Amino acid sequence: MGGASVTDVSARPPARVPILLRIAQARGGTAGLILIGFWLTVFLLSLAWTPHDPFAFSLTQKLVAPSADFWLGTDRYGRDVLSRIMAGCREVMLISAGGTALALALGLIVGVTAGFYGRLYDEGMMRLMDILMAFPSLLLALLVVGVLGPGYFNVILVVGAVFAPRIARVARGAVLEVRQKEFVEAALARGDSAGNVMLVEILPNIVGPLGVEVGVRFAYAIFLSASLGFLGLGVQPPSPDWGLMVNEGRELVDVAPWISLAPACAIATLVVGVNLLSEACRRIWAGEA
Amino acid sequence: MLAYVIKRVLAIAASLLVASVLVFAIVQVLPGDVAQMILGRDATPESLAALRRDLGLDQPLPQRYGDWIAGVLRGDFGRAISIPGFPVGALIADRAANSLALAALASLLIVPLAIGLGTLAGLRPNGLFDRIVSVGSMITISLPEFASAIFLIILFAKVFPILPSMSILNARIGLGAQLHLLILPALTLSLISTGYVLRMVRASVIEVATSEQVKVATLTGVSPGRILFQYVLRNALAPAVTIIAMNMGWLIGGLVVVETVFAYPGLGSLLLHAVTQRDVPLIQGAALCSVGAYLVMNLIADLIYLGLNPQLRPA
Repeated sequence: MGGASVTDVSARPPARVPILLRIAQARGGTAGLILIGFWLTVFLLSLAWTPHDPFAFSLTQKLVAPSADFWLGTDRYGRDVLSRIMAGCREVMLISAGGTALALALGLIVGVTAGFYGRLYDEGMMRLMDILMAFPSLLLALLVVGVLGPGYFNVILVVGAVFAPRIARVARGAVLEVRQKEFVEAALARGDSAGNVMLVEILPNIVGPLGVEVGVRFAYAIFLSASLGFLGLGVQPPSPDWGLMVNEGRELVDVAPWISLAPACAIATLVVGVNLLSEACRRIWAGEA
Repeated sequence: MLAYVIKRVLAIAASLLVASVLVFAIVQVLPGDVAQMILGRDATPESLAALRRDLGLDQPLPQRYGDWIAGVLRGDFGRAISIPGFPVGALIADRAANSLALAALASLLIVPLAIGLGTLAGLRPNGLFDRIVSVGSMITISLPEFASAIFLIILFAKVFPILPSMSILNARIGLGAQLHLLILPALTLSLISTGYVLRMVRASVIEVATSEQVKVATLTGVSPGRILFQYVLRNALAPAVTIIAMNMGWLIGGLVVVETVFAYPGLGSLLLHAVTQRDVPLIQGAALCSVGAYLVMNLIADLIYLGLNPQLRPA
């Protein structure tokens, strides 16, 4: 820490070392890459294959402890926990990525235009974002889910709506910095349209700070969607959502701890991986590593 | 200073007003008819119309918002639907006291743990202890409350059966027993904030410990203990308080999850109950109170922050 100071955070790091290698060299980067690599492999594998059918009930094999046949045991309906974790990985990844993408799209539209046009529009938009952020995020999510009802797409909508203000804030800050640069002035002077300037001149130059923020939000998206699932407000049964699985295993924790322990470990490792990775990226962009 | 406090209190009032409009608006979009929910499916159209008139549901929206807010200002939050006849205000007051006890106990864990561990880690950056603490805090901030609750329950209620895995309150049990019930939920609630605050404390301890001020003090022969308390801790506390304030949002969101995991009767589980039952007056009241609590806690933290940093005080 505190090494050579790089004043312009938004500038690309000069070195041409492959990004994966740079991440691996940063503190915690290797662990992050391994964890994310593991879950990406599970994700891809789950698209093609799971050891058992994640939805098939079995009356004869309820609450089986982890064994050679069922590596992570079975739940109260005799469903294989490992297969459900794998299938759940698919859902978690898609919901969190979808929610983050939506938040990014909404946040960019608000943040970039606010930073670009400034004045009253900027003021109004940012006050609105402040009000939305005055709600604790889970509280806002609860209210929105209350209106929309639980379900797959609604969770994506909720995650997008809850995190958009935070991305807008970061995007606006980055735009304000880039807005002063000569190349933006030049583009405006030669008569490029505002939309064109925002897309071609400004957007590519805020990728750095925005990328780090997106990584952080992706971790929170996993966190939030799993919490909603646990509360019974997310994806509904019989979905193998990890939060929902923990909830279903909660009352059986004395007799069959593996039902809730497995998805809890899955969430923990995935979120730790995403956090380590975005932390490593942040250090690289800030010139600390 | 007084002017500042007044300004902040006015700002909180304004924020609450906007939040109340927002909560009211969101809840109005809820599908389903309140009168139908109270009377059930086989209510006659006449009785439905009569009840709607009684509840004021036939009034235009601005009028209903005005009536609701006027009631709230008098301390009357209306009556709950899912728990027939119960006044929302009394329900909230009852549950909020439980949540407050839980949050207070969690804060009692967060502050000394985070400041102690963060300071020890920051005094020897990159030492063994620092590395262990870094890894530990990265894990605690990454764990959703329901997941860490499962780990703690399995550890402290199953492997080492010393704590209860449920926290169902009972008026007949004594204070000691109640505290015993609160330990696991409070610990679960504190993990995330402890991780964040600890990192902040560590960073500011490192910053202060390498500052000119401390170097000069060391050279002039001030004792290490005095340096630690006089300079390092004092300066490291201020950012810690800010982060604690920022974490109040987490704490309130976390309450919903933690209270659900441990079946603890607090404001968070009441709000969840209200949302799943679509109990409109209860949702409005509980949500507004949560936002209010959040804003007030932020103000308190800001005041403590200013108290620790006299140079930042507004004139």
